[in-house]
Amino acid sequence: MLWETFKLALQAIRRNTMRSFLTVLGVVIGVAAVIAMVTIGAGSSAQVTADVETLGANRLMLSPGQNRMGPGSGSSSARPFDLSDIDKIVEQLGSIGVAVPTATDQLVAVFGNENYQTSVTGTDSGYLTLSEWELSSGRGFTDAEERGRSVCILGQTVVDELFGSVSPVGEDIRLGTLSCEVIGVLEPKGASTFGTDQDDVIIIPFRTYARRIAGTMDVPMISLMMRDGVSTDRAVNDLTALMREIRRIGASDEDDFTINTMEQLSAMLSGISSVLTGLLSAVAGVSLLVGGIGIMNIMLVSVTERTREIGIRMAVGAQSGQVLLQFLVEAIVLSSIGGLLGIILGMALGFVGANALNVPFIPDPSIILIAFAFSAAVGVVFGYFPARSAARLDPIEALRH
Amino acid sequence: MATDPAPTLIELRDVYRIYGHGEAEVRALDGVSFKITTGEFVAIMGPSGSGKSTAMNVLGCLDRPTRGHYLFNGVEVGGLDRDQRALLRRHYLGFIFQGYNLLPRTTALQNVELPLIYKGIGRAEREARALAALDRVGLAKRSHHEPSELSGGQQQRVAIARALASDPKVILADEPTGNLDTRRSEEIMELLQELNRREGLTIVMVTHEDDMAEFADRLIWMVDGQVEFDRPTRKGAA
Ligand SMILES: Nc1ncnc2c1ncn2[C@@H]1O[C@H](COP(=O)(O)OP(=O)(O)O)[C@@H](O)[C@H]1O
Ligand SMILES: [Mg+2]
Repeated sequence: MLWETFKLALQAIRRNTMRSFLTVLGVVIGVAAVIAMVTIGAGSSAQVTADVETLGANRLMLSPGQNRMGPGSGSSSARPFDLSDIDKIVEQLGSIGVAVPTATDQLVAVFGNENYQTSVTGTDSGYLTLSEWELSSGRGFTDAEERGRSVCILGQTVVDELFGSVSPVGEDIRLGTLSCEVIGVLEPKGASTFGTDQDDVIIIPFRTYARRIAGTMDVPMISLMMRDGVSTDRAVNDLTALMREIRRIGASDEDDFTINTMEQLSAMLSGISSVLTGLLSAVAGVSLLVGGIGIMNIMLVSVTERTREIGIRMAVGAQSGQVLLQFLVEAIVLSSIGGLLGIILGMALGFVGANALNVPFIPDPSIILIAFAFSAAVGVVFGYFPARSAARLDPIEALRH
Repeated sequence: MATDPAPTLIELRDVYRIYGHGEAEVRALDGVSFKITTGEFVAIMGPSGSGKSTAMNVLGCLDRPTRGHYLFNGVEVGGLDRDQRALLRRHYLGFIFQGYNLLPRTTALQNVELPLIYKGIGRAEREARALAALDRVGLAKRSHHEPSELSGGQQQRVAIARALASDPKVILADEPTGNLDTRRSEEIMELLQELNRREGLTIVMVTHEDDMAEFADRLIWMVDGQVEFDRPTRKGAA
């Protein structure tokens, strides 16, 4: 009987293909929007996680002051660090493998007639290790150079801007008053999660930076890498304890430094993307609601149009419940078809969107199931009222219609 | 007294069907009583508005008497709810309407299958029985035609096949030839008469044409919601 009812519903829907299609358009759009959003959202999250991993999932950043996010941002009245702090960290903490000073400024680099403003980072060769950055040509800093020689390593963007097709290694460029020799070129990394060009950078030894550019030996930030197998919690705890000791912070006083972990960064980024997904899903939900009302409307029209049919069915022995079921199933089939079309369209949009945004395409089977169940539920909810009004018709009145 | 050889199938006992209240009260049935036994072919006639259709709706369990008793096969229909009356219709009654009342854009076969679906009969048997019913009305060859592709007479025969398909105890026909010309009307009447004679099917039919009533054995004449007379037709008397 249910199978007959189902076939009947399909027949009724086919009889009015165009109208049925227009009716379910709302559900199609709603479901497609949800599927596309969630798929693109999942892709973005995966991309963020992958990006953070390329930054180095086992990286920490230590900066003075409290609650600051990201490298070198904001000003702080808190004391900066000292190079001796780094020595202590490396000597005393088994959980930390690499610790390097990091300072950054925006400067104009000049080569011949070309000049180009870029970000200059003063750090040591350990920086390339912890950011898992290879060189595409030349070499890294030697120990002697790290003591204050005028050498630099260029990002690919800087090379392109200043040198064009000429090989930069061995040439001298000027940074403000500092003239330095190019000894290496970094492997291109492309855009970061934030959309900034990671290759738009020049790296020079920290001491060179401190003396010739910053004019102070203060260390504004320390980049660190945990040893393999060490948990973030342990490394953060060790580092906090040591820094409190070095900086002589009383037991009742708060830290005057901040440790940022990649986990935090990653959590923040996926937080943003899940808020966006949530908002867009709410929009999609509204569209599903509108779609449901569309279905209810057309089912009511259908009940009116088919009043005589209902009367005939009742005359040959259909009970109220069977008439109700017939129209309910029809609404459910209608909205489920809308759901299926929406899933297909949503996947297609998700695929195109993921490609356009350069994030991986990750279809989520559970959201597809949920979307389908939801669209069927729309049919139940919005089909019930019209179906009930069909079931309540008086057979004599209906036959006279 | 001679005992009745055929069992009573339908019995109306002082049945009233009253619409509206007070001033606006209309007594569509105003104390109607009659019995119909299995195998009878009864024609109901009377002026327009005399309550013929109302009586058919009550007999067809589509409606209930306001007052009085309607016993179908010994069952008091007045005591049945909507769904129970639907079951009664499903298993015992077949309807033929003036306007055919076939489902549009649905083949003759599917139309005839309709009551069998509600009887819960499986697809293969359903098709076979629907086809057999169409054969009985001489339309086996038109089983895949839709109503719009059939003439009025053919559509009415499909409707008769639909009424026959579920093996009812009674066929109720409200002006079955009302939309047909004389020749088609006579064909339909001959078909009904044959079903009555050959298969012993009980038929109750409303008509306002004397010629059509002559195919029945018995005539109930109604005026103003009451039975004015109830006697055998010429043929029935013969
Ligand atoms: N649903 C209804 N509401 C009110 N009056 C009705 C209704 N149905 C029938 N009637 C009245 O009952 C009377 C009998 O109607 P009906 O049985 O259709 O007559 P017939 O079929 O003999 O022409 C008429 O006066 C008609 O107006
Ligand atoms: Mg009438």
